[in-house]
Amino acid sequence: MLNTDNIRSRQERSALPKWLVQSDFVVDRDESRCIQCEVCARQCANEVHELDADIMEMFSESELCVGCHRCVSLCPTNAVSVREVELDFRPNSNWTAPMIRNVYKQAEHGGVLLTGMGNPEELPVYWDRMLLNASQVTNPSIDPLREPMELLTHLGEKPQALEFDENGALKTQIAPQLELHVPVMFSAMSYGSISYHASIALAQAAHEVGTYANTGEGGLHEDIAEYADNMIVQVASGRFGVDADYLNAAAAVEIKIGQGAKPGIGGHLPGEKVDAEISATRMIPQGTDALSPAPHHDIYSIEDLRQLIFAIKEATRYRKPVGVKIAAVHHVAAIASGAVRAGADFVAIDGYRGGTGAAPTMIRDNVGIPIEFATAAVDARLREEGIRHEASLIVAGSFRCAADVVKAIALGADACYIGTAALVAMGCHLCQKCYTGKCNWGIATQDPALTRRLNPNIATRRLVNVLESWSHEIQEIMGGMGINAIESLRGNRDHIRGVNMSDRELAILGISAAGE
Amino acid sequence: MTTATNRVLPFKDMGGCSISGIMDQSGRPFSGDVVIRSIANMHERSNGLGGGFAAYGIFPDRADQYCMQLMFDTPQAQVETEALLEQRCIVHHAEPIPTRPHPNISGEPILHRYFVNIEPDANRPYMDEDDLVVELHMQINIEVMDAFVFSAGKDMGCFKGVGYPEDIGEYFRLDQYEGYTWIAHGRFPTNTTGWWGGAHPFSVLDWAIVHNGEISSYGINKRYLRDFGYECTLQTDTEVIAYMFDVLMRKHALPLELACRAMAPPFWDEIERMPEEEQVQAKAVRAVYGGALLNGPFAVVVGSTGRMIGFSDRTKLRPQVCALGGERLYISSEEAAIRTVCPDPDVVWHPDGGEPVVGQLHAGVPH
Amino acid sequence: MKRIMIHEQYCVGCGLCEVHCLVQHSRSKKIIKAYREQRDEIVPAVQVERLGYESFALQCRHCDDALCIEACMTGALYRDPETGAVLCDTDRCVGCWMCIMVCDAGAIRPGPDGKIASKCDLCSGEEVPVCVENCPNEALVLEDEE
Repeated sequence: MLNTDNIRSRQERSALPKWLVQSDFVVDRDESRCIQCEVCARQCANEVHELDADIMEMFSESELCVGCHRCVSLCPTNAVSVREVELDFRPNSNWTAPMIRNVYKQAEHGGVLLTGMGNPEELPVYWDRMLLNASQVTNPSIDPLREPMELLTHLGEKPQALEFDENGALKTQIAPQLELHVPVMFSAMSYGSISYHASIALAQAAHEVGTYANTGEGGLHEDIAEYADNMIVQVASGRFGVDADYLNAAAAVEIKIGQGAKPGIGGHLPGEKVDAEISATRMIPQGTDALSPAPHHDIYSIEDLRQLIFAIKEATRYRKPVGVKIAAVHHVAAIASGAVRAGADFVAIDGYRGGTGAAPTMIRDNVGIPIEFATAAVDARLREEGIRHEASLIVAGSFRCAADVVKAIALGADACYIGTAALVAMGCHLCQKCYTGKCNWGIATQDPALTRRLNPNIATRRLVNVLESWSHEIQEIMGGMGINAIESLRGNRDHIRGVNMSDRELAILGISAAGE
Repeated sequence: MTTATNRVLPFKDMGGCSISGIMDQSGRPFSGDVVIRSIANMHERSNGLGGGFAAYGIFPDRADQYCMQLMFDTPQAQVETEALLEQRCIVHHAEPIPTRPHPNISGEPILHRYFVNIEPDANRPYMDEDDLVVELHMQINIEVMDAFVFSAGKDMGCFKGVGYPEDIGEYFRLDQYEGYTWIAHGRFPTNTTGWWGGAHPFSVLDWAIVHNGEISSYGINKRYLRDFGYECTLQTDTEVIAYMFDVLMRKHALPLELACRAMAPPFWDEIERMPEEEQVQAKAVRAVYGGALLNGPFAVVVGSTGRMIGFSDRTKLRPQVCALGGERLYISSEEAAIRTVCPDPDVVWHPDGGEPVVGQLHAGVPH
Repeated sequence: MKRIMIHEQYCVGCGLCEVHCLVQHSRSKKIIKAYREQRDEIVPAVQVERLGYESFALQCRHCDDALCIEACMTGALYRDPETGAVLCDTDRCVGCWMCIMVCDAGAIRPGPDGKIASKCDLCSGEEVPVCVENCPNEALVLEDEE
């Protein structure tokens, strides 16, 4: 995606002084509480903290701090805190501090601004402008602790109608389906972009809860093959780790066309991260850069996509659902419809807040559309065309809580993918520095000093806890609505009202305003 | 565009209600007076904002013709509708629906009925006559302002309006009709202005539904039905049940039990305990017909040619009691409403949630 | 008996086990006070061994055939009959350091007062030893012996 070598060489060539780039954070240390135990110093991969043994005092280099809170979390006396640098420029609503700082950075290194995780900008989060319904009097609400409350969800192509023979036996053969006990799956995160421990924790948690994790473009590590029944394998533009065994091992196959954080952009795993394990899993030589091209070079049009879908269906003997993942871009409804007509059994749509290990900041923050609108538009379009049953709709791109999931399903999604929320469950503090490979939480790194920090058994339990708590919350919300099966929530936009939205926005979402 | 949907309507009809259905399975017709007495017994369950009836076997002389019973709020609407009918149908006969002035009934619309058939459409040979009638039914409801179709089925009719059901029954002179099935409804809406079209039963072709309850899944049910060309213009959840029966049983040709299973399916843990073959079938029905699942509290009585079906939501959040007395099957909200007209039934029972109770003509169901 | 098991692949080398061990064996058991007053008096009974990025936290293994008990000439080292833990009676310890000589694990260290100091007592009285309780990554866990 990025020619970092180029940036590096230019950096070296220019070797400009860095005095214009200021730190983002200030490390505050309460000297009255610090016991000089050096836990902070040992835990910071950015080498912010250091003990001066001569005077037995800890010092912190704030400009190296990325705000990941590893030191804050582990300090046994709560002596360390990290705060954002206060606005130190003359107030300006146009030239905000980040804008100015970005230009300083680029004036120094002459390269593309890089970042990680999802779009953090102050753009509207439409989930927060949607409110849910509950029953009063005319319809009894249901207590999910005492009565059945069903979340079981099937993903895959469904016939429009079933046929039975004269004896009442089912004649219709149902296409292969994924069965989810919670309508939430783990989004594609490759082994490479995240650590082995993080990958295996996602697989174990999906297995335990009865949902699915997605390999991303990282291949299927042999240890994860054990959980393959709960894995979706991805075929992306680099085709890393793809062979017939890979396709047939998992529960489903997903062709990745794009992702919300960087629509239209490929990927680049630097060679230094490609160790022996990753090399074997991705089926590429050790130490080589893993470059995923921006497009699939065998898909330049929708009919090419159809060929790939059916090539994979042939390779898997029509035993696996084959889906397509696209970023939510302007014509997402038409593209999704095309993917369904091309034979996709599910379509995954990733909104503009979707996360990533590395993306150019300009792309992440400015390309794509909100998943709320994409969900509503795609569901409506597929229904208008009478093909909604031909594919399931998975939506992604920043689901932060159970209520977001409920709203997405009520808008018309079958299930949600969570990526960032899963990383946060494992300890991610959204410092957005995944691309540096120095993840202090041991998640987005291959550095053996750091990966050991994520104990996969702990990570699995935390992921399972989050999915279980969300599923309880989804059940509580449904119970309040007087609904005891998720299929009655799916696409049921009557249970959402909008606040603080224009008529146009409400119309696209297909919901009424609060009070209507 | 001004359409019937611009009427001041409740977003969704909800409330408590009384329902009663009586079918003589031998096919022997009986007067509407019986069902009026039954529904009147549950006066307290309605509040005077709606009552209605459907009767089967009441037009034996015109059994091959669709009887379209309509209401018009303005003479203009009648003129427009009749122009449309002339253009689309063969109108065999038209007459005002007989009524008698009633002290408790006011604000009556123009009530008229037309016995029609529709010729096949050469341009659309895939549409049978039923499809064309449904299309016309939807077209009148959507396109003709102030016109509304009560029912459009063969050898049946719906009679309904604003008032207590017993008053509505007398107003429509139902004692003078004789049918083999009668279903009746008294409304207790919590969120509506009284409107004649908004009373039960709701009907499409020969399906007529009376309903006590609220469908929480209405939002998805109406979108599901739209995939098959049904426009829910009445903004009432009962309407979806009528269309759902039509789509599942007529269009998808599901057997009755499976149609009911799609609308009120067993829970997944019950499905897991089923024998293998039944399990495959039940899973398929739930996976494929998720949009048809009716969620929330309801008890309904459904009429159709030769058949009467009672069923309730899968947790049975609204009352439903059944009885057999001689050839007659009774389905009602309250046992007292049955005993009023059948003091000594052979058997009385309370069906389980989601379990359909079906009455059928001994002579068979013509479908 | 329950033993502290070391999962060295998850040791992050933070040293929190050492910190909490010191605090637990201090007079005040208050972290800041313990460090201010007794930092130089107490040697934590658990010690993080580090080589490159690899590390593990080691404390007395409480061996079944404890050589240290055999080697102790004053009988200061003994096995607690209830818990099976190897403990040290500091009143009887004379600081000959024979135990340090014979310990396979190198888990006993001399204390600043000339007697043996660093001897894991499994935090007598606590249900879970503090090193285990405060390990952020479950690199130390208390497990029933198989």
